[in-house]
Amino acid sequence: MVQAAVKSANSVDQGRSGDKPWVGRSIERVEDAALLSGRGRFIDDLGVQPGTLHAAILRSPHAHADILSIDIEAAKRLPGVAAVLTGEHVKAVTSSLVVGVKAPVECWPIAIDRVRYVGEPVAVIVATDRARAEDAAELITVEYRPRGAVVDPLAALAPDAPVLHDGFPGNLASDRAFRYGDPEQAFADAPHRFSIDIKYPRNSCTPIETYGVVASHDAAEDAFEVLANFQGPFSIHTVIARALKVPGNRLRLRTPPDSGGSFGVKQGVFPYIVLIAAAARVAGRPVKWIEDRLEHLTASVSATNRATTLSAAVAADGKILALDWDQVEDCGAHLRAPEPATLYRMHGNLTGAYDIRHVKVRNRVVVTNKTPTGLNRGFGGPQVYFALERLVQRIAIGLGLDPLDVIRRNLIDAGAFPYRTATGALLDSGNYQEAVSRAVEQGKLAELKAKRDEARAQGRLYGIGFTAVVEPSVSNMGYITTVLTAAERRKAGPKNGAQATATVGLDPVGSVTVHVASVPQGQGHRTVLSQVVADVFGLEPKDVRVNTEIDTAKDAWSIASGNYASRFAAAVAGTAKLAAERVAGRLARIAAGQLNVEAADIVFTRGFVASRHNAENRIAFSRVAALSHWSPGSLPDDAGQTIRETVFWTPPELTPPDDEDRINSSLCHGFIFDFCGVEIDRTTLETRIDRYVTMHDCGTILHPGMVNGQIRGGFAQALGAALYEEYAYADDGSFLTGTLADYLLPTTAEVPEPQIIHMETPSPFTPLGAKGVGEGNCMSTPVCIANAVADALGVADVTLPLVPARLAELVRGVEPPPPAGRSTATRAREGDRRLHGEGQASVNGAPEQVWAMLLDPATLHSVIPGCQRVDRLSETHFRADVTLGIGPVTGRYRADVELFDLDPPRAVTLRGRADGALGFGSAEGRITLEGDGKGGTRLTYSYDAAIGGKVVSIGGRLLDGATRVIIGQFFTALARKAGGGGAAGGGFSLFALLAKLTSLLGGRR
Amino acid sequence: MTRLKADSRHLVRFKLNGKPVEAEAEPRMLLSDFLRHQLGATGTHVGCEHGVCGACTVVVDGMLTRSCLTLAAQVDGCDVKTVEGLAPSADRLGALQRAFRRNHALQCGFCTAGILMSLDHYLSRNPAPTEEEIRDLLSGHLCRCTGYTPIIRAALEAALSATATEESSDA
Ligand code: FES
Ligand code: FES
Repeated sequence: MVQAAVKSANSVDQGRSGDKPWVGRSIERVEDAALLSGRGRFIDDLGVQPGTLHAAILRSPHAHADILSIDIEAAKRLPGVAAVLTGEHVKAVTSSLVVGVKAPVECWPIAIDRVRYVGEPVAVIVATDRARAEDAAELITVEYRPRGAVVDPLAALAPDAPVLHDGFPGNLASDRAFRYGDPEQAFADAPHRFSIDIKYPRNSCTPIETYGVVASHDAAEDAFEVLANFQGPFSIHTVIARALKVPGNRLRLRTPPDSGGSFGVKQGVFPYIVLIAAAARVAGRPVKWIEDRLEHLTASVSATNRATTLSAAVAADGKILALDWDQVEDCGAHLRAPEPATLYRMHGNLTGAYDIRHVKVRNRVVVTNKTPTGLNRGFGGPQVYFALERLVQRIAIGLGLDPLDVIRRNLIDAGAFPYRTATGALLDSGNYQEAVSRAVEQGKLAELKAKRDEARAQGRLYGIGFTAVVEPSVSNMGYITTVLTAAERRKAGPKNGAQATATVGLDPVGSVTVHVASVPQGQGHRTVLSQVVADVFGLEPKDVRVNTEIDTAKDAWSIASGNYASRFAAAVAGTAKLAAERVAGRLARIAAGQLNVEAADIVFTRGFVASRHNAENRIAFSRVAALSHWSPGSLPDDAGQTIRETVFWTPPELTPPDDEDRINSSLCHGFIFDFCGVEIDRTTLETRIDRYVTMHDCGTILHPGMVNGQIRGGFAQALGAALYEEYAYADDGSFLTGTLADYLLPTTAEVPEPQIIHMETPSPFTPLGAKGVGEGNCMSTPVCIANAVADALGVADVTLPLVPARLAELVRGVEPPPPAGRSTATRAREGDRRLHGEGQASVNGAPEQVWAMLLDPATLHSVIPGCQRVDRLSETHFRADVTLGIGPVTGRYRADVELFDLDPPRAVTLRGRADGALGFGSAEGRITLEGDGKGGTRLTYSYDAAIGGKVVSIGGRLLDGATRVIIGQFFTALARKAGGGGAAGGGFSLFALLAKLTSLLGGRR
Repeated sequence: MTRLKADSRHLVRFKLNGKPVEAEAEPRMLLSDFLRHQLGATGTHVGCEHGVCGACTVVVDGMLTRSCLTLAAQVDGCDVKTVEGLAPSADRLGALQRAFRRNHALQCGFCTAGILMSLDHYLSRNPAPTEEEIRDLLSGHLCRCTGYTPIIRAALEAALSATATEESSDA
């Protein structure tokens, strides 16, 4: 399979074959040799200045709580610790991050008085090395008063929901309504109306390299220098500088030569840039911070989850006449820049690939007790297309039509380009009908349908899904202002465009250097630019050296710089071409004088500048190229210098939103048509992709191997989003997927090779005709697979990720609770971290004796495993210090327990809580003691426990089973102490329960 | 077995890619950190530090090892191979590395070192693997960029070219 499928596009095309351009060929990447031999230069591979300190971050275990006190004294006393910063200290040297909507709300990179999501920074500890900083973090005592938490966006809008920010009443950060055409009339007139409710989950394209920041502060000049694996957009530079209270020219932001993937995610490093820079300022020394994986999954950034209701007015033939969007966007606990951009990035494209003239939109942005959101590959596309393309399938089923026919009926006409959508996007070019036809034919849809028939005849669960998607690229920096009203926009001044920049330089020996501010994270920009510029100068790619690092103090850049919105091929590579052409134009004039021909007669070919008509009349490129350095006086007067040329390019099509809120949110629009066949195992309900066909028209292809690499990579991530990946939260806001064993990325075992088909309709709006391609499958694939699964199961609603348990509920109904047993520890319901348990046990010894033991600190000390001390504060109030570990996982806990409703020696209620670096727990239980008539005691107990913090994020899977084990251990010890007896499946001590539960699965050191 | 004191540093010596190395480490220092920060062998990457992503994979005494789950002190006296030891010389890539470059089997390159180590180790013992075997082997590695197929193709191609070279040198 692999050999055949990959061959054509992947095989490299290295040889020199005549004057064939380098653009469009799959040459080997210049980036690879270093990366393949361990000589990459990622942020944590680079040396730091001697004396650089290392930071660790103490984070909130609570989703929502007031911080009553933070005691950092012990941490500060630890040898090697240079500084400990809490919210108060950070606030003293920074100002709030700007918030993207008009509201009296602040946004800090660290908790100020209150935590609003699990993982929110609470303190930054700076020490001589990371391990010491982490040691110190454990010595910090934070007293929290938990508040109610809300994690669901619709629940956050309920009148009685806990409110996160007073400045966002009802948790509503923005509420805007839009109207294009006459949707009310269209709905009134239409014979059919179809609706769908979608809950798009939270996920992240999480890269394998985590965040990293190295910051220093020059107090004399009050200037910051920061190295971070940030990816842009550099509009964020202004946000950081403002937060650090310096003008832009006093924030020098640099990026390392290599970055280990980003997919949007590394935009989210910016609050940490502020935090670490503030720490460097306070410590007076450079500070380095490398995020760990638990931090990354818990609290870096995530795509938005969204609740959408989408309705369509539909004609009898399946033609969609109007759409009505109601979107509730969940941006997490803070509205961080550039949010709510995820919601507005697709605003011009709410009609997808379809010709729909009437659209109504209501966009609400809410905050919930989850990690703040930000850029993520696909950026708003997955959320929109999931609703739209699921609805198209619904329409087809409802009208008894073939889904593909409904898609075809609605596609924008090939003759209509450039086509202005109802909501304002200007779709540059395409021929969607042709693309669909080619895909159907080359992808052998007929064969796939026959396969489905055959599988179904055998009783197998087989389905086919379709999607048609317009993939926007090169974002208009002004689209986000659509969140403001026209009046607010007028007041704020227009925002629009997207400046791309490239610099081409010729050195004194005539060799060519290119610099761009594109900040790649593995997309091979250096290779592609060497092709583009080599073509202009008639050189080979190896003659052109490309630098893609950015240094805001020295390089050309603008707010649109960076690597996002698939802007490289369309905008940056095109700008490099323009810069090279400008230099080439001058070189041609110089050469024309030397060769005695007209400049128009000059060509650049094979390392020479030559006369088009007389190839012998030529001069070496390097000679002409060096002339500006060595003999500027001999240049023709009108030629100008050829040493260095920087071009800024912004497309005129990217205008600001108009007064009717129409916005051309992106410059280019590729087209994708996908279909796939899936089979669902009847027993395991696992979904297997049988065949996946993806047709792309991304305009002119610059490097086929890399384009396919983008498609395949995006496809694999989208497959993860469809089938496995979810940033899961419990109802109390506990984060449940803190390891890569909980947040499941697809592996070689799950990712099949998609069949990739291309068509090239160049964009008239970009210098090279290229459009973006990197994000498309993140938009098309999740819903394509969902449509196939819905088709296979014959169900109307499917929710991502399509894990077997979820499909089982669809197919077989909700799983009944297990039969009641003597000892159970079960969760009340899915998503609820509270554990309920009950059981019985017998102990040798009369009830009076057991009662005395339960209340005796010395006995408790000896029966609670790992117990270091028990203090009796009063007759009924105990405090215990416990160090516990299972396997590699050890932690210290402090438990506090009180007894109520004492009925000696028959019954007692215990209530208490335990806290430690790895988590917290609270519980309440009732124990009754009863003589068994043989001199022993039978104990009956029931409890209710809630556990949160790191322990849940990294060990949630194991918690329930572990509970039973721990309780048993405690009981055995108690029985032994009492002289015999045995554990009949449970114990009862809240000390043991709390202390052990919380400690069992915590951290790693 | 010697007991190491938690709060003091100990000398750790081993062979790294055939050359003797030594540096000091606290007992709790991970092999991945030791390689990267004490020895400057930064080719081995850390993606998760909990044994799932495979980026940190190295070979210790002939065994594939997650260096993030290994303490530096554990490899005292061992033979450790990392990605820095794969190329025949600084300006030449080995057959597997070349196959990776030809097939665009890497994008950001962050996961690559671990994958190369697993493949190098496996191919030296299984010169003619099937696609299924390679997929099975690499299911212990996460790559977020490539979608894996080019990696598998590179591995199969490298195996083929190695066999071909052997046959021709036998002849
Ligand atoms: S870093 Fe070792 S397996 Fe991920
Ligand atoms: S190449 Fe980027 S993670 Fe594999």
